[in-house]
Amino acid sequence: MTAKHDWDREVVQKVVEEHQCKPGALLPVLHGVQDALGYIPEDAVTVIAGGLNLSRAEVHGVISFYHFFRTSPPARHMVQVCRAEACQSMKANDLVSHIKNRLGLDFHEIDESGTFGLEPVYCLGNCSCAPAIMIDRDEIYGRMTEEKFDSLVMRIKGDGNEH
Amino acid sequence: MSIKVYVPRDSAAISVGANDVALAIEQEALRRNQKITLVRNGSRGLLWLEPMVEVETPNGRVAYGPIELSDIEGLFEAGFLMGGNHPLGQGLTEKIPYLMKQERLTFARVGITDPLSFDDYIAHEGYCGLKRAIELGSEGIVSEIAASGLRGRGGAAGRTGKKWQEVRAGQAVQKYVVCNADEGDSGTFSDRMIMEGDPFVLIEGMTIAGIGVGATQGYIYLRSEYPHAFDVLNSAIRIAYDKGYLGRNIMGSAHAFDLEVRRAAGAYICGEQTSLLESLEGKRGLVRYRPPQPAVSGFMGKPTLVNNVISLATVPVILSRGSEFYKDYGMGRSRGTLPIQLAGNIKQGGLVERAFGVTLRELIYDYGLGTESGRPVRAVQVGGPLGAYMPELQFDTPLDYEKFSEISAVLGHGGIVVFDDTVDLAQQARYAMEFCAIESCGKCTPCRIGSQRGVEVIDKIVANHNRPQQIHLLRDLCTTMIDGSLCAMGGMTPFPVLSALNHFPEDFGAQSDAKVANL
Repeated sequence: MTAKHDWDREVVQKVVEEHQCKPGALLPVLHGVQDALGYIPEDAVTVIAGGLNLSRAEVHGVISFYHFFRTSPPARHMVQVCRAEACQSMKANDLVSHIKNRLGLDFHEIDESGTFGLEPVYCLGNCSCAPAIMIDRDEIYGRMTEEKFDSLVMRIKGDGNEH
Repeated sequence: MSIKVYVPRDSAAISVGANDVALAIEQEALRRNQKITLVRNGSRGLLWLEPMVEVETPNGRVAYGPIELSDIEGLFEAGFLMGGNHPLGQGLTEKIPYLMKQERLTFARVGITDPLSFDDYIAHEGYCGLKRAIELGSEGIVSEIAASGLRGRGGAAGRTGKKWQEVRAGQAVQKYVVCNADEGDSGTFSDRMIMEGDPFVLIEGMTIAGIGVGATQGYIYLRSEYPHAFDVLNSAIRIAYDKGYLGRNIMGSAHAFDLEVRRAAGAYICGEQTSLLESLEGKRGLVRYRPPQPAVSGFMGKPTLVNNVISLATVPVILSRGSEFYKDYGMGRSRGTLPIQLAGNIKQGGLVERAFGVTLRELIYDYGLGTESGRPVRAVQVGGPLGAYMPELQFDTPLDYEKFSEISAVLGHGGIVVFDDTVDLAQQARYAMEFCAIESCGKCTPCRIGSQRGVEVIDKIVANHNRPQQIHLLRDLCTTMIDGSLCAMGGMTPFPVLSALNHFPEDFGAQSDAKVANL
């Protein structure tokens, strides 16, 4: 993972230029950068601040306020487990323990190979099909069980080996 | 002739395999040389039946569910394309009791139409509201909304018409309409279902709002946890621009309205309207002092109408059918219908739109059929993480804003989360404080520090470290949070905590004789 802090200044510059005329452009810019790079590198803050005529402190303050924004590279597969009440009523806390064990991770950790990362999430809006998890920020799974989670992990790992 | 087969594209359906089912049905049809047209509709809201597949027959649409991949060959063998019998068959969709007993006004089209078919939308009364709105003009629109009795469906239940009047009265070169789609409450998903299942109704509602209050720019502030809603909304907005229903000269009139979706970034507090506006301006989502109200000084200091998704999505039906029609539903000062979400440990979870006045008991047992686990219902939490835990004793409470306030409960966004008898209410109370500590914006002390202390105090109560004193302390802390917090985050976190303590003292190891005395 030596290359993990390399990032493309031009990508960030382009994102800033695309949004800088919008009122309240900072969130769209941060989303754009994270969409492109997977996270918001520390050095990108200078570029963003310059482009939007903000101080670096202001940009940093916004990044740190929101759970969604990352300042370090994500794992190849980010697992988000819902911890909110509706999922709790369907034994989400047991599922959380199982997932932590299965992945060998606590919340906000990434495994050594960079394959899986684990994060809590507070409601995915899938409360009638609880418990719910999301993988890679767009694949949502409901009525999750320990068995189903294990087979998902196997499938993801299997896919990885083919490449 | 090609047969229409419906497989929902709603996130809930996708979460239990709808995409795989849709693909497998297409492949199986191809293999059998059967001509089908696959429509990815919204969800009907019978979420325990998802993925629910429907087939159009001469008698109406016939439903099958929940369908797994292994069922698909059997479905074809059973002749499901002609509505044939199958163990997973649910009969005619319209005759399913869960759906038959509903009063769908806001959700009239959801599940029936293809969310991204403009023609479907028009064919099902779409843009009738906007047409009438343009005829009525700004003043007429706002009067109509005021007369309908509509109240903010996001949870605060303020009078929608009053907000509209205030923004309309504002003098400014630029005004804004902001849709609060930061649906963060656990147990709620009606905003998501509308946005994924009928995005044009929200666009139409916002356009009417824009004309009503004199705003030409709208924003939908959408939570980042809803990637599918983001895609559907953006596609629908593009279509609306192409068809002349957004942009300049809407429907050939002199009115203009532009609309953009902005992604939130995972902060629960941004569902609070002033925090949302800060976020939309590109700042940390800190709650603002009020006054001035957003109606006077909102986004970028300009008069801004901030309404919830359901409020705005209800506007078109009020305009097209008239305020009298809408007002006719409901009870007391709660007029119209509420899309209720049955969630958590419930056998038949889903979306039930009913006029105000329906009781919790009816919803939990007649629609929901009790718990999924088969164990007795012990408590329900209504209105999200800031809503009270309610015991069986209160299940006859009708859904009505005032009736709920009378018993220190909130209806909020209409989410009902069911718990069976394995729930530990002391742990739920602890979680409420923990959640507040995680999500507090940090601006005011009672919320920022109080929630942290709340977790510690509840831990001491449970561990029986000087329990009576700690319970006294917890009540005192809750009073401070209620009276001293700027917004509902700190001000309402005590609702789940105190309701758990008052109704389920045994879970805290406390005497139950304190139950009534401290209500």
